[in-house]
Amino acid sequence: MNNFRKNKLIDHGFKIMGMLFTFLGILILIILIYNIVRVGYTRINWTFLTSLPSRKPESAGIYTAIIGTLDLMLLTVLFAIPVGVGAGIYLEEYAKKSRLSSLLEINISNLAGVPSIIYGLLGLGIFVRFFNFGGSILSGSLTLSLLILPIIIVATREAIKAVPHSLKEASFALGASKWQTIKDVVLPSSFGGILTGIILSLSRAIGETAPLIVVGAMAYVPFVPQSIFDTFSVLPMQIFNWTTRPQQGFAIAASGAIIVLLLITFIMNGIAVYFRNRWQKKLQ
Amino acid sequence: MAKETAITMTKIKEKNSDSEKIKDTSSKDGAKIVIKDVKVWYDDFMAIKGIDMNIKPNTVTAFIGPSGCGKSTFLRLFNRMNDYVDGFKMEGKIKLNGTNIYKDKINVEELRKEVGMVFQKPNPFPKSIFENVAYGLKIQGIKDKKILNERVEKALKQADLWTEVKDDLKKSALALSGGQQQRLCIARTLAVEPSILLMDEPTSALDPISTSKIEDLIFELKEKYTIIIVTHNMQQASRISDYTAFFYLGELIEFNKTKAIFTNPEKKQTENYITGRFG
Amino acid sequence: MKYKEKLIEISLKFCASITIFTTIGIIAVLLFESISFFREVSIFEFLTDTQWTPLFTEKHFGILALVSGTFLTAAIAIAVALPIGLSIAIYLNMYAPKSFRKTLKPFLEILAAIPTVVYGFFALTIVTPFLQTIYPDLETFNSLSAGVVMGIMIIPFISSLSEDALYAVPKSLKLAAFGMGSTRFQTAFKVMVPAASSGIIVSVILAISRAIGETMIVAIAAGQQPQFTLDPTVPVQTITSYIVQVSSGDAPQGSLEYKTIFAAGLTLFLFTFTLNSISFWIKKKYQEKYE
Repeated sequence: MNNFRKNKLIDHGFKIMGMLFTFLGILILIILIYNIVRVGYTRINWTFLTSLPSRKPESAGIYTAIIGTLDLMLLTVLFAIPVGVGAGIYLEEYAKKSRLSSLLEINISNLAGVPSIIYGLLGLGIFVRFFNFGGSILSGSLTLSLLILPIIIVATREAIKAVPHSLKEASFALGASKWQTIKDVVLPSSFGGILTGIILSLSRAIGETAPLIVVGAMAYVPFVPQSIFDTFSVLPMQIFNWTTRPQQGFAIAASGAIIVLLLITFIMNGIAVYFRNRWQKKLQ
Repeated sequence: MAKETAITMTKIKEKNSDSEKIKDTSSKDGAKIVIKDVKVWYDDFMAIKGIDMNIKPNTVTAFIGPSGCGKSTFLRLFNRMNDYVDGFKMEGKIKLNGTNIYKDKINVEELRKEVGMVFQKPNPFPKSIFENVAYGLKIQGIKDKKILNERVEKALKQADLWTEVKDDLKKSALALSGGQQQRLCIARTLAVEPSILLMDEPTSALDPISTSKIEDLIFELKEKYTIIIVTHNMQQASRISDYTAFFYLGELIEFNKTKAIFTNPEKKQTENYITGRFG
Repeated sequence: MKYKEKLIEISLKFCASITIFTTIGIIAVLLFESISFFREVSIFEFLTDTQWTPLFTEKHFGILALVSGTFLTAAIAIAVALPIGLSIAIYLNMYAPKSFRKTLKPFLEILAAIPTVVYGFFALTIVTPFLQTIYPDLETFNSLSAGVVMGIMIIPFISSLSEDALYAVPKSLKLAAFGMGSTRFQTAFKVMVPAASSGIIVSVILAISRAIGETMIVAIAAGQQPQFTLDPTVPVQTITSYIVQVSSGDAPQGSLEYKTIFAAGLTLFLFTFTLNSISFWIKKKYQEKYE
């Protein structure tokens, strides 16, 4: 066949391939979730959610893992949000274009690309050993806070950038100080964008396993942590632990735990997307 | 001794304890402005090339001239809004009721309570009508609900917007029409009770009806305020102003009573601009 | 009152400076323990020995064994993600209707949002048994399953960034090609991809960096046997997986075993830092082209 027809065929062929590949990703996603749900669905019941982990797969539960995840997230939020939003405000509103501010930007961009396990090593060296917090919820949450800081900072900056300059001008012209303008005009307008960034960063933090293992989260914690200095376990760690056990019962338990984790992750991402859409509409 | 103050944006100092306030001449009158040999640079570009001017209290002065001639820059000197622009540098004296507003000790925030500004494109905050007008009062620390209500109502009445919005002050300001929004911005500025009003092409984004409403408003406000208005619309300038200043390429070409400028301009350039030969 | 403003500015500046402290902290911790490590183990041995057995009685400290595991899994991942990701990007940019792009992109982003421990579970319990039906000699722990699943995870990295790169190419180039009678396929590969090459290369480098730093998928599915090999059917161990293994164990602080995770971590950090820097430099250098 002549050149023209050949090219047309290749073109059409690639189009089909492209379509297939695009749907392949979604297809794999569906297979993955379907298989896990199929196996783990039967396992999920109230007992599962409220039992402590156990050496016997049938009686193992994710209670301590859920409590640990909740405690960890609460503490992480406490550290990461003020620091992250504060840094974002500083970089966007106070820092003038200088060598220092470029350096800060490059540094943050670099930190975003550092593997999470390296953050674990950082946490181990500084929080666990140097500050002597031990393998505790405190160490874990400080480590995770540092990990998600770049995400919050970037989201805050983008949200602030989107606030029209004219609003700030109006505020200054009325005699407001810089901080008053930020507090009363900029932050309320950028709130939606910042919130989206926070939720997305937390959704990432919830799924993190490696840095917490390094810091000392335990795989087997048959008690509920009482203070921030206690050892702890989190949901992804529990999944990891059960996955590495040979008994089939543990694979089922792991599936059940995965369903819970995925539900939490998807709900959080969904909420974040919802807020982002609402906020973007507000800006129009 | 007249000292030349060269101020760059990075060196603006504000010391609260010994900041000077602009002296009030009398309780609700407009202020007198004296401008002496003022020059402005943005980095190396000289935007204002040495201007002297005297503005009388309770008058409306119009700044006219082609685009880019420096009228907006000059206007923004009076409330120091140029301070936020990179590379801004200023020399000369600007005295409000005898106080030089570019002296280091001046508290810029206090200055802006005396000198209010309305912008070309209405820029109400994405808050309620009430919150917009009350904003300037709240940042001063005024919390008493009774006082806030009174001042907001007074300002909205002065801006000729009260009857249209009084039934629902909690409505979002963004739900108002363009002309209403601009009057809201005027009310917002008036609530702070300044003595000078700066208006940077306040009606250029509005329809003719809203424009004429605001022009009437300016005429009324002249009794209590000193008003400076930058405008591209020469009919507007001749309609509402007492004095007119014609700017060209950073220089003040002519400054006189409006009637004189428009019927008998002294400079050829002024005449050319007014009759539409350029600009 | 002005003191309040200054105080606020200083607090905010402090928040921003925590990012610098983080970087300094990472470098300090890694260097501190590594220097201590290299007092006992020669750098030469570290870099050239092909066995890594710090936890056995006969100890070898050749990082190459872990590096080979890391790069093998990453290579497989890229081999999967690059063709698929790039094809998706080209398809969405040049073939698919605009509405497709809007609805499909979020789904692909979901792939990146799934916790990696879930992917690891998937690799071990579903992918490996499936591959074993095709190739029965495949061991339970191997780099192929882990690599393939990792590839799936990083598809969005390549597809999203490449698509942005294609989007940034001036439409005039596309139209010129069409105007000369090229098919979309020809336009894509002869004009668009070369024009967007810097952005696409950046996306690949970042994807490699992500793959190298990945931990849970390989920790679960690739095995714990450091081997200097290119065989995808046998167990290996990556740098990240080794660190997890030691951390889950009982190595006492200050022991040589403890320090090995920092030496390994330092190696990993240097790799990803170099890759990220290269991609940053490329992005900067070629961004001016179309501005």
